[in-house]
Amino acid sequence: MTEKEPLLSAKNLKLLREPLGQSNPITVQVLGICSALAITVQLKPAIVMTLSVIAVMSISNVVISLLRKMIPPRIRIIVQLVVIATMVILVDEILQAFAYEVSKQLSVFVGLIITNCIIMGRLEAFALANKPWPSFLDGLGNAFGYGLILIIVSFFRELLGSGTLMGYQVIPDAFYDFGYANNGLMVLPPMALVVVGVIIWVQRSKNKDLIEQN
Amino acid sequence: MENLINIFVKSIFIDNMIFAYFLGMCSYLAVSKTVKTSTGLGIAVIFVLGFTVPINYLIENFILKAGALSWLSPSMADVDLGFLSFIMFIAVIASMVQLVEMIIEKFSPTLYSSLGIFLPLIAVNCAILGGALFMQEREYANIAEATAFGLGSGVGWFLAIVGIAAIREKIRYSNIPAPLRGLGITFIITGLMGIAFMSFMGIKL
Repeated sequence: MTEKEPLLSAKNLKLLREPLGQSNPITVQVLGICSALAITVQLKPAIVMTLSVIAVMSISNVVISLLRKMIPPRIRIIVQLVVIATMVILVDEILQAFAYEVSKQLSVFVGLIITNCIIMGRLEAFALANKPWPSFLDGLGNAFGYGLILIIVSFFRELLGSGTLMGYQVIPDAFYDFGYANNGLMVLPPMALVVVGVIIWVQRSKNKDLIEQN
Repeated sequence: MENLINIFVKSIFIDNMIFAYFLGMCSYLAVSKTVKTSTGLGIAVIFVLGFTVPINYLIENFILKAGALSWLSPSMADVDLGFLSFIMFIAVIASMVQLVEMIIEKFSPTLYSSLGIFLPLIAVNCAILGGALFMQEREYANIAEATAFGLGSGVGWFLAIVGIAAIREKIRYSNIPAPLRGLGITFIITGLMGIAFMSFMGIKL
């Protein structure tokens, strides 16, 4: 028996911290783009989506990690899908019960958490080979990394596109009197892609290791 | 008939899976390096969407919907299995992908070898599950409409991925700022293509 590792050792903290920047699921691993872009017109649905993904991801990571020795490798994809789908159904029912408005706004994208590649990807790459606690942290870290981008994108889109944050107006009326106008383009779906492109640009010019060779 | 064509055209251009809803983005970004492979993946997506949407439509309307089981016996009229829809849809998609793979392998080995690894990948492509969920949300009137929607979405996805692949093949020769190379510029180009596709908005047949 080796000595028991402390719960928040340096190695475990790294699991939590790395997905926020260096190995961010969206800008570096290119996972889970689909849902990340569609729901970022306003801050509120983006936050709800982040919370849902955090819940689904950390719990399904733990479940798969607990089951990892029992799952026959040949049917692991189906087992993973079932675990994820069960979690997503729970989240969906809870949202419909307690946050009906937001759940309508998210429409099909709650269901699409099932095929969100971040979750499948982390289950495959991490939870199947690691103990529950590190898997939990890995899930949490990646979900936060995903949420971080979601919140940045929706912050700019809501601020520039409709001059509000969380539904409250933040740009003073005086600005509008001087001829300031909301940028209607920001509300349209294609701008989400451009904003993410710019985030990638900024991140990569800060961190040269991530630059792709063409 | 007019209605069907309308749904078909609408799902290709206006409600384009990629430019309007960002569905299937992961494989869209990962596989769009050359035109040849992206054509293969695009055809596979058309195929699978064209099959799974009508099948899921039948499941939705005869098994899952509130009161849908009343054809079994009148006493089942108030059973609502709607909460099972996610799990049913994903199961149908996974098994359909497997089935389509076997059918293509049997009847058209050339197509099979050109689609190759892309078929199994499609099971986790969000565009397919998204198609099923949109079908559920929009409540199409009959199976023909659902099929038109499925095929149209597939064709829209196909056009998008072939378009971006062609652009990416050319852009290799341009001088892009280093941090933007690869992923970054692909995002921005997709955004611009999306804006171009928005000019189709409002078309009605």
